[in-house]
Amino acid sequence: MDARARVHRAARDAHVTIEASPTTIGLGGETVRFVGRDAYRSTVAALREEGYELCVDVCGVDYLGHPGRDLPEGVTAERFEVVVNLLSLSQKARTRIRVQVPEHDCRVDSLFELYPGAEAMEREAYDLLGIEFVGHPDLSRILMPEDWEGHPLRKDYGVGRVPVQFKEAPGPR
Amino acid sequence: MPLEDLSHNFLTGRLEDLVRWARRASVWPATFGLACCAIEMMATGGADFDISRYGMEVFRNSPRQADLMIVAGRVSQKMAPVLRNVYDQMMEPKWVISMGVCASTGGMFNNYAIVQGVDQIVPVDVYAPGCPPSPETLMHAILTLHEQIRTGELLRRREAAPEPQPAAESPWTPELGSTVRLGTPT
Amino acid sequence: MTTGVRDSSAVRRVPSEEPLTALTSEGSQELLRRRDTPPAQLGRESGAVLRLPEGPVLDPGAIDVERPEDETMIINMGPQHPSTHGVLRLMLELDGEFVLRTKPVIGYLHTGMEKTAEELTYVQGATNVTRMDYLSPITNELCFSMAVESLLGVEVPERAVWIRMLMSELNRMSSHLMWMATNGLDIGSTTMMIYGLREREMILAFYEKTAGLRMNLNYVRPGGVAADLPDGWQDDVEVICDTIDARTYEYDDLLTGQPIFHERMEGVGGLTAEEALALGVTGPLLRSTGVPWDLRRSMPYLRYDEVAFDVIVGTYGDNFDRYAIRLNEIRESVRIVRQVVRRMPPGDYRAQDAKVTPPPRGRIDASMEALIHHFKLFTEGFRVPVGETYTAVESPRGELGMYLVSDGSAKPFRLHVRGPSFVNLQAVPLLMRGGLVSDTVTVISTVDPVMGEVDR
Repeated sequence: MDARARVHRAARDAHVTIEASPTTIGLGGETVRFVGRDAYRSTVAALREEGYELCVDVCGVDYLGHPGRDLPEGVTAERFEVVVNLLSLSQKARTRIRVQVPEHDCRVDSLFELYPGAEAMEREAYDLLGIEFVGHPDLSRILMPEDWEGHPLRKDYGVGRVPVQFKEAPGPR
Repeated sequence: MPLEDLSHNFLTGRLEDLVRWARRASVWPATFGLACCAIEMMATGGADFDISRYGMEVFRNSPRQADLMIVAGRVSQKMAPVLRNVYDQMMEPKWVISMGVCASTGGMFNNYAIVQGVDQIVPVDVYAPGCPPSPETLMHAILTLHEQIRTGELLRRREAAPEPQPAAESPWTPELGSTVRLGTPT
Repeated sequence: MTTGVRDSSAVRRVPSEEPLTALTSEGSQELLRRRDTPPAQLGRESGAVLRLPEGPVLDPGAIDVERPEDETMIINMGPQHPSTHGVLRLMLELDGEFVLRTKPVIGYLHTGMEKTAEELTYVQGATNVTRMDYLSPITNELCFSMAVESLLGVEVPERAVWIRMLMSELNRMSSHLMWMATNGLDIGSTTMMIYGLREREMILAFYEKTAGLRMNLNYVRPGGVAADLPDGWQDDVEVICDTIDARTYEYDDLLTGQPIFHERMEGVGGLTAEEALALGVTGPLLRSTGVPWDLRRSMPYLRYDEVAFDVIVGTYGDNFDRYAIRLNEIRESVRIVRQVVRRMPPGDYRAQDAKVTPPPRGRIDASMEALIHHFKLFTEGFRVPVGETYTAVESPRGELGMYLVSDGSAKPFRLHVRGPSFVNLQAVPLLMRGGLVSDTVTVISTVDPVMGEVDR
């Protein structure tokens, strides 16, 4: 079965998952879906079939040190979240999908086969946060130099501020 | 023959003035626009501010044909070796203007990604502050550089420059010891 | 959470004898030889977009890259290059003059702005965000302010909204004029460079009069704008509109009818609507393929639903269409600005909410409360309730979006910026495939990337 048919079948099977996943309403009126990592790709495929033609943004968030986000029932909070924003030109609507990604197993499926435009965005999330995207054609750093160690946008990575001494000031800022 | 080889006496005095006039009246900048300051540098080259009255409107794309490198914009860690590479390809005499606060000291971005001052990589002759410096500020910096070329101050400074000494004991000790150094500035 | 101690192993310490060529190479981020590249990535670099779902079955020999590997050349263009619009590094595999594969290598202007945003308060946030897309700073500030206001739930007064629209459209004009200037320079028309910069100076002079700065204005802030428009602004803006409107016809004479311009721009860098949507491309690049998507018309923000303007759409998706779209968008922006001048309401230019807006400077001497509010706002800042939001505006380059997560404190917890140029750059291998090296210059120019928002 070729990739196209596989996507169709995944979409058909995913309609069950879409109804079951907890949702909230975002501030702009968009539906925000919370899905698990196993249902992630099929949910996005189903949404694509429903008419969300454009993948606007794929980003990661590190919630280490956050006092408490309000997640709906049935969603266990993990350290990382992958947030996907989709746009439907035909329906003039947006939707959001949030996937919880644990720290010890920091991997999630790649959306490259569904939306080729997610390639650079996923590379950026990998580079700056260390989230691996399984199935990405070329998961390498994109913004930092190749030999950089560490993932700068993580909360346990310092800003890297150089102390600045001002003349006649008592000490470094 | 380079100016540095001439012994300064009354015979060569006139010749030095002539060479210095030639050098400051046709400084050709290399294109090294990085970020927002590059836009103001382009505006300086435009009709309203007109850098062409100093003979400088030809921004040479090849560093081998350029005299002046105006580092316009923030220098990231990835760009730093490229900056040094381009500077090394320029031929003597060459000058560097550090345009904007990001190039001079790192500016408002005191973080992991930006080199805190381009003088950690290349020797800078004139610093132009501003975020971005307006074209008038950049022209003031250029005229300062011309003045330094005219009086020969630059050459005298480089000849007289002492060997870099290890930093003397200062009463202020930083708590972290990590400044970014990429090669040693000459 | 540790304080700002940088892990010293992450600093690139370089002994002075290491050759610079080793330092400037970026390993697997560069264009590798065909035998070292996985097939799906090979397809992407060759410009195949819609064939990609069959990636794993793609046979490298089936890609119709005409030349065998030892007869082609991989060259490097940039990052310091006159026509890469900033520090974009392009690696090209060439067969003579024809481009077979392309890979953009970015990150040369990475400033850590998303990390810096977590260290600055919401009041200071606009100064950071405005330097991302430095050709249209108002758009960045507008998107940030709208995101913060939606989380705060504060309502912006009517006059502030119309002032924001005025500055936004003037910014669109100045960005497109800058694009016309640099595009002309890339093609070889230095006259266009002078014309574009000359017109742009008029708009920058108005910005300086209103906000104090020519670029990176820090004018649109959460709650409204920083200062009211100066006296006599209607006359200034009318002069700008009349002059620029008339001069667009000069550009037509200079470029649009010219045969050399047609040869260089028509039929070059074509894109279909399907490919554009698959890549997530927005803005003039998407509209050139025939898709009439403009956020100001389809999902209006500010008061764009109350002004009349046309959405310019192309047909062939080539360079010439994108040039025509941007030229006509200048004219449409002039039209919008004229309507805004006529309809500008009186009133406050900032929300009068004392928790968000600093008091007027004169009152600080008179009232203790005003002094305390001022102090709190500029040292600690205002707190934003816990939540997350995605806000998008139509920047001159496409959809600029900000995903803001707040943890209830005075600083953003996470600010992710969806830069339109970052996503549009993914179309570059597709647009360059099969073209000449000189076409690469015009293609990059019409994609109009601003590396500040690509790298952030």
